[in-house]
Amino acid sequence: MSHFAKPDQGSWTEQYPELGTGPVDYTDSIDPDYYADERAAIFKRTWLNVGRVELVPRTGSYFTKELAVADTSLIIVRGRDKRVRAFHNLCRHRGNKLVWNDFPGEEVKGTCRQFTCKYHAWRYGLDGALTFVQQESEFFDLDKADYGLKEVRCETWEGFVFVNLDPDAAPLADYLGKMAEGLEGYPFHEMTEVYTYKAEVGSNWKLFIDAFAEFYHAPVLHQKQAVKDEADKLLGYGFEALHYELHSPHAMISSWGGMAPPKDPSMVKPIERAVRSGLFGPWDRPDIEGLDPLPAGINPARHRAWGTDSFEFFPNFTLLFWAPGWYLTYHYWPTAVDRHVFEANLYFVPPKNARERLAQELAAVTFKEYALQDANTLEATQTMLKSRAVTEFPLNDQEILLRHLHKVVGDHVKEYRDAAAR
Amino acid sequence: MPLPAEFADLEPFTGWALATEPERYARRLASSMDEMQALYDAVFPRLEDAIAYCDASWGDLTEEARTLMHLLQSLVMVSFPVEVWKQARVPDSGAAYLDLVTEPVV
Repeated sequence: MSHFAKPDQGSWTEQYPELGTGPVDYTDSIDPDYYADERAAIFKRTWLNVGRVELVPRTGSYFTKELAVADTSLIIVRGRDKRVRAFHNLCRHRGNKLVWNDFPGEEVKGTCRQFTCKYHAWRYGLDGALTFVQQESEFFDLDKADYGLKEVRCETWEGFVFVNLDPDAAPLADYLGKMAEGLEGYPFHEMTEVYTYKAEVGSNWKLFIDAFAEFYHAPVLHQKQAVKDEADKLLGYGFEALHYELHSPHAMISSWGGMAPPKDPSMVKPIERAVRSGLFGPWDRPDIEGLDPLPAGINPARHRAWGTDSFEFFPNFTLLFWAPGWYLTYHYWPTAVDRHVFEANLYFVPPKNARERLAQELAAVTFKEYALQDANTLEATQTMLKSRAVTEFPLNDQEILLRHLHKVVGDHVKEYRDAAAR
Repeated sequence: MPLPAEFADLEPFTGWALATEPERYARRLASSMDEMQALYDAVFPRLEDAIAYCDASWGDLTEEARTLMHLLQSLVMVSFPVEVWKQARVPDSGAAYLDLVTEPVV
């Protein structure tokens, strides 16, 4: 018996007949050849979020982004004209990596007036133009205008900086489409208190998206996190989302939860009652514009029990909003068929006092307790998938976003392979 | 840094007055349940007074208030082991790790 109404078709999944309802083949998460094609078919062709504009606040502010999945490293920099640009992090002289500190593989950030190569001191302006060549007269017919940094498509949406390695890609706004439009106006720019977490996880990148794109697991895997009566109640109910929407290749899930403050304070831990915060975030909403009413795309069912929405922007960027007025992002950066770097950013309105600061601290600490359980489960899954003892798995209606993700990835890979075969 | 005079009773716990999450998390993993319980039992009852004390200089925190604030952050850090896990590590987390690489340090 459903607690929340499902679509007329009888299920969320059957609303989208192209998804089918059969078991899903997870060979896509263990096959090295498939992974190689994902890199070419997806990560070298789609818009990838690499951070927010607050990372490059002023002229000359820059950061580097390692994109192992696309065999490159990028420099993202704000120019004198205030535009944010992206370049391959590569000196045009003999291919040395241009911006790095002690370790070439580590991401760096800073502010500069120009980029100078460590190797032979070639210099580039913030717009990528080659401005200085050491012993220029030793070269043969070298025109500096021909040797600027190699630029990468870079566009922003609501302060989020995206890059695309495909020069022929459609504009970012077209790619993000209607799902993103529904989020415009959210006060992202007010939420500048950031906690950034990173881990290398021993699983295929899609498995972590799977883990965060369904909450069917939550009452089970995380049952020890709640006080016992609450955990038993949650396990009894199971999980049903309020609403799902596919805007292929993107998708979203809308859920209850995030009741803050909780209806019955005895159901939460003493520290949560004292600090007025928890997994769902601080119980007291920040006093800023833009949270009431929320943009139409958030809580699309306009359900009164709404608590959180997750928006899965293809391929590897999640935007998650919590009812109490904060949001977080997830990124899943593949490094091998069975490894990826997971990055999470928690964004809050800067606290006005010690109580607000501690409430955010508890939310951040709690986030980590949950994420560690999620991450560890993935490695266990990856190792067993690799056995190929079983390759097809039944996904239920609350796992529609997983079914959708694996299908969209499969469609991209198939299209790429078909084109290569012609 | 010393604690404010009003909170001198918490002096035995100043080893927990750590500025960053990696330091606090490492200390948690290196501590026994008895040590964390002692911190929790000492600091929790003073939470409201401590918040009020820190609020008084919030925005331009005195060094004493900062030390106190770090102690409160450690209270939050040990709350899960004390209230739920009964162990320092997150259960079922195995070898998984998650490093906090950027944080607003008080």
